[in-house]
Order: sequence, then C-alpha cells, then structure tokens
Amino acid sequence: MSARIGVVTFPGSLDDRDALRAIDLMGGRGVPLWHAERDLLGVDGVILPGGFSYGDYLRCGAIAGRAPVMEEVRAFAERGGPVLGICNGFQILCESGLLPGALIRNRSLRFVCRIVHVRVETSATPVTAELLPGELLELPVKHGEGQFVATAADLRAFEDDGRVVFRYAGPHGEADDAADPNGSMHHIAGIRNEAGNVVGLMPHPEHAVDPDVGPTGGQALFASLLSQVLAVA
Amino acid sequence: MRFEVELLVTLKPGLADPQGKAVEGALPALGWTNVTSVRIGKHIRLELEATNEDTARSQVDEMAARLLSNPVIEDATVVRVAALEDA
Repeated sequence: MSARIGVVTFPGSLDDRDALRAIDLMGGRGVPLWHAERDLLGVDGVILPGGFSYGDYLRCGAIAGRAPVMEEVRAFAERGGPVLGICNGFQILCESGLLPGALIRNRSLRFVCRIVHVRVETSATPVTAELLPGELLELPVKHGEGQFVATAADLRAFEDDGRVVFRYAGPHGEADDAADPNGSMHHIAGIRNEAGNVVGLMPHPEHAVDPDVGPTGGQALFASLLSQVLAVA
Repeated sequence: MRFEVELLVTLKPGLADPQGKAVEGALPALGWTNVTSVRIGKHIRLELEATNEDTARSQVDEMAARLLSNPVIEDATVVRVAALEDA
C-alpha cells in the first residue's frame, strides 16, 4: 500500500505537477485536488504547492487562504493530518492562520532563484521525522516574497518550543546573513504549528528529488512524509 | 442604503517596507533631497449596502480583519464612510 498525498491546484499554481511527480518518484501516490472542491478525496496528507495563486493579488496567498478547499484542509489539519505548504503554499498557510507569521518582499527587493542549504532544526514534524537536527539539505529557492516575519513574542515562542523547522545556512551549517536569500527573521526557512503536523517552507523539495536535474535534498522530506503517513494509517 | 467606504492599509511601523525604500532612493535623483522617509500602503474603496453608516463601517472593519489586511504585518483604518445617492 502506498501513501496517498493530495496536491491542491489553485488558479496560478505552478509546482503542483512537480509535487505530484515527486510523490510518485518517492513511492507514494500523488492525488490532484482542486481549490474549488470541498473534498480531499480521503488522502493521507496534503501539499499546498508553489506558484502565484490568484495572481498573488491583494497579498501572496491571501485569496487562496480563503478558498473552499481550505476549510477542508483546516479540518484535516485539526484532526492531526500532515499538511505541507511549499513557497506560495507556505504563504497560503500563514494567510489562512494555520501557521503564524507572514512572508513579505525579500529584503534585497529582488526575486531570488538559486540553490541554498537549509539546516534541519527539529525532527518533530512529518517531513523531518527521519532527519536529525543539524543535517543540511540542498534545495532550490525561487521567490520574490519569502522574507519571514513575525512578532517578537511569536519568534520567542517558535525558538522556545522548537517550532523552527528549517533555517537558511551556509555549506558548513552556519546560519547567517550571507546564507539567507531573503533576509528572514532568525534566518527562518520553515516553521511548524504547535502540534507539529502543519509545516511551511519557502525552498522547494519537490524540485530536488531527481538527481538528473539538480540537488536531491528534497528526497528525505518526501521519504519521511510518506513513511510517517503509513506508520499512522 | 448604499455607502462608499475607504480603507487605508499600511505596513506596521518598524516593519521593513522595501517598496517605500526603493521610492525613497529614487526621489533624490529628481531633486527631492529633503525626503527622509517613504512608506507605501494600499487604498481600498468599497461600495456596499448597509442599514446605516455604523453598520457599513463595522462590516468593513471585519472585512479588513479577515481578508483585506493581514493583521500580522498591516494596520487597517476606515478613513471615510459616505452615503451614496441611489441612482
């Protein structure tokens, strides 16, 4: 039996096909989901993919965060179902209130498209359960609005509770300004909710699973997600 | 009754405003070397049906909290409520 992971397509999603392919490549079954449907088709996990949902009008992820499918995603998350938001998907999770904080224009004012390293900060999520804190993953980023910001109180809570999942880091694991492509507070590349089942990150694991076309830092995240889902099922 | 409501959405003080910074950097080239700060926000104008002005205002306040602004990074203020003549 293979894990069924749903990938939601919003108008303007770009990376839904890559996410579906990554799930299949890693031994799961990718299930396409549609933004206007209030049905998750009984999937074991949900991915909100990257792109420019609804043209990123108003704010990145703002309209998608209130799409009909998001009511189901919220209920699924409240039941403990694993939800992963990648790039625009991370923005959607923040806009829908499933994750705290917000993503604003990169400090450089430039769109960034490059390979980065992220340092795993916690194993307590479905996508990092098989990784150890301190491990480095090579992943691509491609975004104009990826600067993570949150209130000082929220930031303190993330750090105290171990809710920072990924931090931008150099090739030797040092999290600093040089390694940070967008100027995020505390160099945060990904966070999780209090329960740990909802994770958002700006880099793209779904573009990093096939050694023919680049780094493979995304493999471990999909492998972890798929095995976690089966362990629960 | 029909009302026109204007909402101003601004980035919270202290939060970096890259758009404002870019404009701030461009103004001196046109001779305005005396500008010390630029912050850019959004102006949203809505027309809606409501029983009275207070209801129109409070509905837009709620829209601002739930969709039109992101309270994490933005402040939203209703700056004008005006009754519209029915056509």
